[in-house]
Amino acid sequence: MTRPFLQSEAAMSIIAPLIVGVVIVVIWEIGCRAAHVPIFLFPKPSDIALKLASDWTTLLGALGVTLRIALQAFVASILIGTLIAFLFVQSRAIEMSLFPYAVLLQVTPIVAIAPLIIILVKNTQVALTVCATVVALFPVISNTTLGLRSVDPGLVSLFRMNKAGRLQTLWRLRIPSALPYFFGGLRISSGLALIGAVVAEFVAGTGGRSSGLAYEILQSGFQLDIPRMFAALLLITLAGVGLFALMVVLSKLALGQWHESEVGAET
Amino acid sequence: MLAPSDPTKIGRDLAPVVEILSADKVFPNGTRALAPIDLKIVEREFLTLIGPSGCGKSTLLKLIANLIEPTDGRILWWSGGFDKVGTTDRSLAFVFQDPTLMPWARVETNVRLPLDLVGMPKAESRARVKDALARVGLEGFARHHPRQLSGGMRMRVSIARSLVTAPNLLLMDEPFGALDEFTRNRLDADLVRLWWERKLTTVFVTHSIYEAVFLSTRVVVMGARPGHIFKTMTIDEPHPRDEGFRNSPRFSEHCRVLSAALTEVSLEQMQR
Repeated sequence: MTRPFLQSEAAMSIIAPLIVGVVIVVIWEIGCRAAHVPIFLFPKPSDIALKLASDWTTLLGALGVTLRIALQAFVASILIGTLIAFLFVQSRAIEMSLFPYAVLLQVTPIVAIAPLIIILVKNTQVALTVCATVVALFPVISNTTLGLRSVDPGLVSLFRMNKAGRLQTLWRLRIPSALPYFFGGLRISSGLALIGAVVAEFVAGTGGRSSGLAYEILQSGFQLDIPRMFAALLLITLAGVGLFALMVVLSKLALGQWHESEVGAET
Repeated sequence: MLAPSDPTKIGRDLAPVVEILSADKVFPNGTRALAPIDLKIVEREFLTLIGPSGCGKSTLLKLIANLIEPTDGRILWWSGGFDKVGTTDRSLAFVFQDPTLMPWARVETNVRLPLDLVGMPKAESRARVKDALARVGLEGFARHHPRQLSGGMRMRVSIARSLVTAPNLLLMDEPFGALDEFTRNRLDADLVRLWWERKLTTVFVTHSIYEAVFLSTRVVVMGARPGHIFKTMTIDEPHPRDEGFRNSPRFSEHCRVLSAALTEVSLEQMQR
């Protein structure tokens, strides 16, 4: 009776990657043991697990710091990005004059401008948030702008023929049409916010109480505590996956009723 | 046989709904879509525009809907300008080639859209939406999303949306072009009944000879390069029409005449 479930798409999408993960971890563990790889070169999965268990309070605290910066940056990039996108669709002139600068911001490596931001902004936490926001901003701007423009021309004619106002067209037509693109942007941005937060931390190298996971990785490197380094890395990865999954769930909740990307193929 | 209230029998003394006065259209890229056209559409008429691709029939319909403006000449609606259109007894509705529904909104919300846009209270609009859905036979589907419906049902939602404002002039741009023939015939029968019951003035664009003959009181055959009126035919048959009419020799005769006119206009086009 369990066969149909195991063969179903949903079960496969969870079980298949899980099997791959387990296989890799097992090979990793056996390989390290067989070749007697020193722990300071490449730790075994079991070493990392032990380190995670012994240092979990500091590591979790560091995760909290990094996550807070990432989330602040994510929220800021949603707000600012959406606002800019709305500005862009108001007129082609605005978009044409400002869009190159959005691209400029996107292509400039954050490592290169982070020191500048950290000097300019006094509060380190705020500076880190600004850095991460710069990284996460672009997908929200470009996707939301594209979405607000991707409106069925027939529906635009229909609205115009019924003498709909600018606000009515925006609220009833442009925003719903843009939602699938907007959520696509959020999926990319959520990961970028985390990357931005970690990179900025690396550059800032903050010490003291409120230090994030990047600082933990740096410190572990200096102390040759490689298992701890891996443990911190694992936490960053898990946080990124968690954020992405959260976006998938949100997108499903918002679009599940109607959009092709979220509606199962069976209907 | 002869129905006393048949609009075609009332003659040409009915009030004009749309008057096209030497209106032509040249697109900004220089394409001359329409040569100057003169056409009068009267009350309760079912007028069909038919012709080969590129003959400007859709352009002409868009001119009538004021979706585009003529390059030269004028168009009058109810003997006035477009600014008075939309007021009582002077409203028009447009049905597109595609259903053009909002995929995120339920059927009832889609149908209610024209009423929502003019700010009609929900209490008032609810009954009208219900009535419009009943007219197209979709009473049970108000809470469905468009993607849950078949192509023919979506088109009927689109028609319900056009009926909800109780328009006086209904403009339809090949509304059933993408449907299979069986569904198309059934929707044609529904449409002709609606037109009859509501005393709607209708302008209909199609490629189908059978559809044109079945529906219309008058057929305008158009030619291309640039679009012009080639011939006007009156389909002088009683209403309401049903499947019996479709199988009658009179129907076949009209189809033959219309088909000959279309062949002629295609030849004319090739010689140009």
